[in-house]
Amino acid sequence: MEEIRTGVYICHCGLTIAGVVNVEELTEYAESLPNVVVSREYRYMCSDPGQDLIKKDIKELGLNRVVVASCSPRMHEPTFRKTVEDGGLNPYLYEHANIREHCSWVHDDKELATKKSKDLVRAAVKRVFHHESLVTREIPLNPNVLVIGGGIAGMQAALDIADGHNKVYLVERDPSIGGHMAQLDRTFPTLDCSECILTPKMGDVGHHPFIELLTYSEVEEVSGSIGDFKVKVRKKARHIDESKCIGCNLCEEKCPWKTDSEFEAGMAKRKAVYIPFAQAIPNIAVVDADLCAYIQSDGKKCGACIKLCDAGAITPETLLKQTDEIVELEVGTIIVATGYDQFDPSVIPQYGYKKYDNVLTGLEFERITCAAGPTEGKIVTKDGRPVESIGIVHCVGSRDENYHEYCSRVCCMYGLKYAHLSKEMANADVYEFYIDMRCFGEGYEEFYKRLSEEGVNFVRGKVARITDEAQTDEEQGKLIVVSEDTLLGKMIRVPVDMVILCSALEARSDAENVGKVFNINRRADGFFLERHVKLDPVATPTDGVYIAGCCEAPRDIPDTVAQAEAAAGKALSLISKGTVTLEAAISTVDEAICHGCGRCEEICAFSAPNVVTKNGTLVSSVNEALCKGCGSCAVVCPTGAIAIKHFTQDEILAQVSALTEA
Amino acid sequence: MEVLSPYKEATDVILEAGGEPLKLCYQCGLCTGTCPWNTVRSFIVRRMMREAQMGATDFGSEDVWTCVTCRACVKRCPRGVEIIDVIRAIRRAVASMGIGVVPDALRISAKNIAGVGNPLGEAPEKRNDWAGELKVKDFAPGTDVLYFPCCVPSYDPDVKGVARSTAAILDKLGVDYGLIGTDAKCCGEAIRKAGHEETFQSLAQSNINLFTESGVKTVLVSSPHCYHTFKAEYPELGGQYEVVHVTQYLAELIEKGDLKFSRKLEKKVIYSDPCYLGRHNDIYDEPRAVLKAIPGVELLEFPDAREEGLCCGGGGGRIWMDTPKGERFSDIRTEQAAEMGAEVIAVACPYCVLNYRDSVLSMGKGEAIQVKDVAELVAEAI
Repeated sequence: MEEIRTGVYICHCGLTIAGVVNVEELTEYAESLPNVVVSREYRYMCSDPGQDLIKKDIKELGLNRVVVASCSPRMHEPTFRKTVEDGGLNPYLYEHANIREHCSWVHDDKELATKKSKDLVRAAVKRVFHHESLVTREIPLNPNVLVIGGGIAGMQAALDIADGHNKVYLVERDPSIGGHMAQLDRTFPTLDCSECILTPKMGDVGHHPFIELLTYSEVEEVSGSIGDFKVKVRKKARHIDESKCIGCNLCEEKCPWKTDSEFEAGMAKRKAVYIPFAQAIPNIAVVDADLCAYIQSDGKKCGACIKLCDAGAITPETLLKQTDEIVELEVGTIIVATGYDQFDPSVIPQYGYKKYDNVLTGLEFERITCAAGPTEGKIVTKDGRPVESIGIVHCVGSRDENYHEYCSRVCCMYGLKYAHLSKEMANADVYEFYIDMRCFGEGYEEFYKRLSEEGVNFVRGKVARITDEAQTDEEQGKLIVVSEDTLLGKMIRVPVDMVILCSALEARSDAENVGKVFNINRRADGFFLERHVKLDPVATPTDGVYIAGCCEAPRDIPDTVAQAEAAAGKALSLISKGTVTLEAAISTVDEAICHGCGRCEEICAFSAPNVVTKNGTLVSSVNEALCKGCGSCAVVCPTGAIAIKHFTQDEILAQVSALTEA
Repeated sequence: MEVLSPYKEATDVILEAGGEPLKLCYQCGLCTGTCPWNTVRSFIVRRMMREAQMGATDFGSEDVWTCVTCRACVKRCPRGVEIIDVIRAIRRAVASMGIGVVPDALRISAKNIAGVGNPLGEAPEKRNDWAGELKVKDFAPGTDVLYFPCCVPSYDPDVKGVARSTAAILDKLGVDYGLIGTDAKCCGEAIRKAGHEETFQSLAQSNINLFTESGVKTVLVSSPHCYHTFKAEYPELGGQYEVVHVTQYLAELIEKGDLKFSRKLEKKVIYSDPCYLGRHNDIYDEPRAVLKAIPGVELLEFPDAREEGLCCGGGGGRIWMDTPKGERFSDIRTEQAAEMGAEVIAVACPYCVLNYRDSVLSMGKGEAIQVKDVAELVAEAI
């Protein structure tokens, strides 16, 4: 057997490690360990000169094992594997000791921290002794991309990828793409009309030769892994012949069955057969089966739409016989852009939402100011009175431990936008009740200043309640906003005609299920968790699955678009490479010991092992393209036939026994 | 020009006295807006937090003693600040270090409690005299339940009915219960909130020793204040008991079918949630269940009931201090009850009984409205 010659490299990480751990003492200690031929310390091992030290030693000292003690392996293990490979060694002849997150960051006592660092380095040295050369493999990547969610994030990502002549499947749950942005009237701080900047993009998506749009559809199941995902999509029955519908909307005009319009945030009605809004893409009607009397009566009642539809798109057949369809797709990468829900402020009873007619959420006010909305852009009370004064309440459900602890990032700015529109369109007196104004984006602070010039009254205080109980003549018939003016140190009561609650953005109510389908974790706040908050913000821990927009955290349109383009860039970079490197540290079966019991098959989340018959006996066989090296099969294997390469018994036990040495 | 410099020492005094939560306050003012005082007078809770953060607290201000510890602000606070802990810390600083003035009325009650173990200054040996001819037995090891009526029903002639009614119910049901000897002392809840920590510690230790020596396992209480301190504060001092409020006890008996009523009470009854039963301990349903079970009772609800319920004004030591007419919460409540046509204001706390009876009398509504503890109403109907 060849002589094991190990090099150990201790990183200072500036003062992050060196400020707590005595790196000189640690280096000296490392050199005393068996099989260590050199030990060095350096201020930043990850820098080029730091990496060069390793490469040089491999050549000059004939190293065949390398240990770096630095930060988390999540951060720099790939860096140093690459270094080792560049130096001429197999990248798996490397071991990483984490003396930052596991030591210097969490301990104050320098002496004990140094001792712990020694333990961690000793364990790494003993472990790397057993490491073996492993070979990674490349498989081809399916260049098709699946994008989930047809809001601004999903549309932007789909367009970027499709413009590079790559096939995109865009799946949208609602009957039309557009998302929340389609409901907005104007966008801060430029005040350009949301529709004007959004609908051309919607059209582009609808007509793009490389985008296949699946609206009114939901992903039910995803299997496989990066490069080779298999996806089942449920295309819900529209009860319309999509190929024949011309979007004339006659059916909706005559349909007698009404319910609240989702698009109009409940401020107007839609019918049982409907097109969600005028600019919908695709411009095809959809039948709400729960509301349609014809469907509910099994063809005995109504049927008005059938008679009216000249195009023959609605027939007894489509209404009664059309069923959901399962579409199977094969893609190499997935971008999840499922957006957010608006917080329901009726859980804060003292704000009177749903109790008082003229207490509205932001989305409701968007529809009021929109020319195409229920009031045709007139700011009036529910009973049609002009609005002379408006209260705008910030942080409703945000920055509040009782609801959501996080800041929703957009409310300060959309609150200012409402103030401007209230001034411009209704010449109303505006009172903005805020705690802190957060105007951090491009042109945002300037917009805040502009609103001050326009004469908005800013009141610093979290609103305690909204009431209609008047105490003075002036308050009669008004809604009274009660708060402390914290800058005056006095309670104030402001009578207004309308109150807008700047409701928080929250994670989708079904985010947990969506997360399960795509194997994405969620943070405590319910939003999807990115792989690294700063350095890998659109990736997820699942390779090949990316996230963009408000499904990851509340954000405004510019940030959402930037994220969507980032996610598209990630997908494009994979497509450009064309192959996927498979992890070498995967499970391996000793067929001589394996009984073929199938427990590995049951436990595996990636369907990698399969029990097959070989030479007349049952044995487990691992699909290397699917195996992630998670180790579950090795744990459940009753005979010990399954091992995980790079995590073998010898390797793990050497590390553990080194740690338990005095 | 007056320029403020942060006075760290003053902040430290408050922090050391348990005011740690003040660090979290981000000054939104929701506490001020929620505080019931601001419907009758100005009490800027947020500013007290700010002053404490900056070491600018005016320890001599009467505001130090204003808070009734009703917990309305804490329930709403977006940062989860235990505002009552901060107020208590400021009071502790005044009471223990003499850097401000303890109001006279409070000082007398504190002295009585420290001296004879009850705020009324009554003789300890008379603690169980309320029972009179009911002949309630003394608690002895092996007795199922210790009934601890609170100092107010024990001594105050106007509130003794609460304890006597409870005893009558227990007798009728054949419950094996007893009273602890006359060595018992005030539970200490309110005097602790009023900043007298040493007094509280000594009361608690004395009661815990007494309970433990006597083998107490279950304590039945009439006062939500006793309930709170026995349940939430005694355990960390070594006193672990099952603590049951009378309304919980009765609700359970009614549900099991063990408590039967024989008389009708044809009355419109409105229930006022005691802060220490409701917001402090989330007990809202049991008292209502008991009232609804009484034949003939029509239960009314205040518009701001349960979590939103208005305090009677008696918490945090305010029960011993005078509140000027026009600022009394129990007056507002009594007016509301009268407007709603209630004939009885039902409460489940001796402090509420005191404040409401005072309000009803001083407002001349004694003919129209009675104030009754839930136990008193039950005793009338069995």
